[in-house]
Amino acid sequence: MAEIEFRRAIRDALDEELARDESVIFFGEDVAKAGGVFAVTPGLWEKYPDRVLDTPISELALAGAAFGSAVCGKRPVFEIMFGDFLPLTMDSLVNQSAKYWYISNEQASIPLVVRSAIGAGGRFGAIHSQTPISWFLGVPGLKIVCPATPADAKGLLKSAIRDPNPVLFLEHKRLYGLKGEVNGDLTPIGKGAVVREGDDITVVGAMKSVHDALAAAGKLVEHSVEAEVIDLRTLRPMDIDLVLESVAKTSRLVVVEEGPRTGGWAAEVVARVSEAALDQLDDIWRITTADAPIPYSPTLEDAFLPAPDVIVESILAHRRK
Amino acid sequence: MLGRTAVTRGSLSVADEVGLYLELYRRMVLIRQFEDLVNALFLQGQVHGTTHLYSGQEAVAVGVTSVLDPADRVAGTYRGHGHALALGLDPQRLLDELLGRETGICAGRAGSMNVVDLEHGLMGCFGIVGGSIAAATGAGLALRGTGNVAVAFFGDGATNQGYFFECLNFAKVMNLPVVYVCENNGYGEYTPFTAVTAGSIIARPLAMEIPSQTLDGNDLWVVRAAARQAVETARRGDGPSFIEALTYRFVGHSRSDPGKYRPEGELDRWRLKDPLAVGRRRLVEEHRVPESEVESIVEDVRTELDRVRQKGLAAPFPKPDASAREFKDG
Repeated sequence: MAEIEFRRAIRDALDEELARDESVIFFGEDVAKAGGVFAVTPGLWEKYPDRVLDTPISELALAGAAFGSAVCGKRPVFEIMFGDFLPLTMDSLVNQSAKYWYISNEQASIPLVVRSAIGAGGRFGAIHSQTPISWFLGVPGLKIVCPATPADAKGLLKSAIRDPNPVLFLEHKRLYGLKGEVNGDLTPIGKGAVVREGDDITVVGAMKSVHDALAAAGKLVEHSVEAEVIDLRTLRPMDIDLVLESVAKTSRLVVVEEGPRTGGWAAEVVARVSEAALDQLDDIWRITTADAPIPYSPTLEDAFLPAPDVIVESILAHRRK
Repeated sequence: MLGRTAVTRGSLSVADEVGLYLELYRRMVLIRQFEDLVNALFLQGQVHGTTHLYSGQEAVAVGVTSVLDPADRVAGTYRGHGHALALGLDPQRLLDELLGRETGICAGRAGSMNVVDLEHGLMGCFGIVGGSIAAATGAGLALRGTGNVAVAFFGDGATNQGYFFECLNFAKVMNLPVVYVCENNGYGEYTPFTAVTAGSIIARPLAMEIPSQTLDGNDLWVVRAAARQAVETARRGDGPSFIEALTYRFVGHSRSDPGKYRPEGELDRWRLKDPLAVGRRRLVEEHRVPESEVESIVEDVRTELDRVRQKGLAAPFPKPDASAREFKDG
């Protein structure tokens, strides 16, 4: 099976869903003729000139147009170039799209997808590097999808486009060049995956943190620690059963989140596992970024992020306790 | 019975013109009396939270919706009872919603500010100022090339929101079939719009080269003619239009507002231009409808709404265990 880049997997998912369903439309800033500023969407406008559209730099209008067109039977996918711009879309996503199915008494749901590039490590500074999950995690009615591999990027985006609910689809910028095998299967939304088996500790991550956790797990072998690594893949709804199953075996859980400590999704995992399985736990904690803006300078940014060595050190320190 | 049997949609022949305007007048009367009823029921503690009444602005909603087809889409505001009734929503289902009853159009889940009635083309009533502009712009994107149109109703206050500038520009450059209808009632909540608005409202769409007009929003005939022109432009594929309908609300912004900020005499001056009075005068003087026939419309609506009130107050409340789900099954 051929290996393809993460960005190519996203492009292929869009291509296949645009071909499969006439109601799918895709729009955003520079996504059509230019093929996207991260080179994710080349060649789509040429194939679907009426349904792949360049728009003004107007995030309020983009999100509003996605919501309104979804009410009228379209399946809009729109791109918000950087996740840091998502606050401009929040009225349409949080107040309108996420609640429509409920308050309309199920007259219609809002099958939209917002794709957005997120995450740090690229020296983009405090306002082009954030992981915006905690801003949306507490919104009932909005799914949050976070792929870590090319296969899941394609499989989850196809599932997101077919999903009848609004979906926030987050693409970590440092993963765009990652290569992997892609078989074309749909990945179900709301299901995590065990990506490395181990008996000593459960490490939960999402997106780039999954790869950092895997790298850490490789190093921990030297210290006679076999870590089980879980890729949650979706943060709302969250596959907490998979984590509980693993914790029943390991009795130790660490959640690695690239995002501020307070109110993050790692806190949610820790809370749910504590509520459900306190008696099975020997240890439970989080590794996150600080409650501070993301710095620009390479030395500052590298030290800010939960790199594999940070994860290894934290796990060894907890073991020594 | 108003509502589903209405004859207001689509174009009618000249022979039906008097009948058409009688029906539209009836619909304006329905809105006024419905709002009076809502106000009374609010004071009795039967309608909850808050209410924003459409009294005084009836000609705008009724005039614009009178030129729409069933497949067109409309986005209203939190002052949306008039938009819903103008589109033909059964007043029983609307009142039941405001009473929080299971028989309401949204089964009591929405309330006054968030009514959705897709069967009659109402995408929603938007409690965030400017939200209707965004929703209708999106509907316009979906309706490109179909011959159908989207209409946004919004107040003068919404013209200072980001949605207004972004969406009108978006619709113009994408050539979307949208009619933007600004109901300029003179006040954004408690503040005169002139105190918080730079320049004129109409200068803004005109700067984007969107066909625009300012008109007497209390005259049904004037509103209908302008709306027809704007809707036909959109149906032809010639892009968005803008209408600024000058009107006035005869009540406060919401239930907690006695309207003390109004200059003395202003309300009385607008009362002389009451859309119901204007409509009655036109029907009697220009269309030769007997006064008694106009009066019988008023009485018929009163009788109907009395029935609606009684039935609504007897309707069941939704049970708290009703299955509210976060997501639709995929």
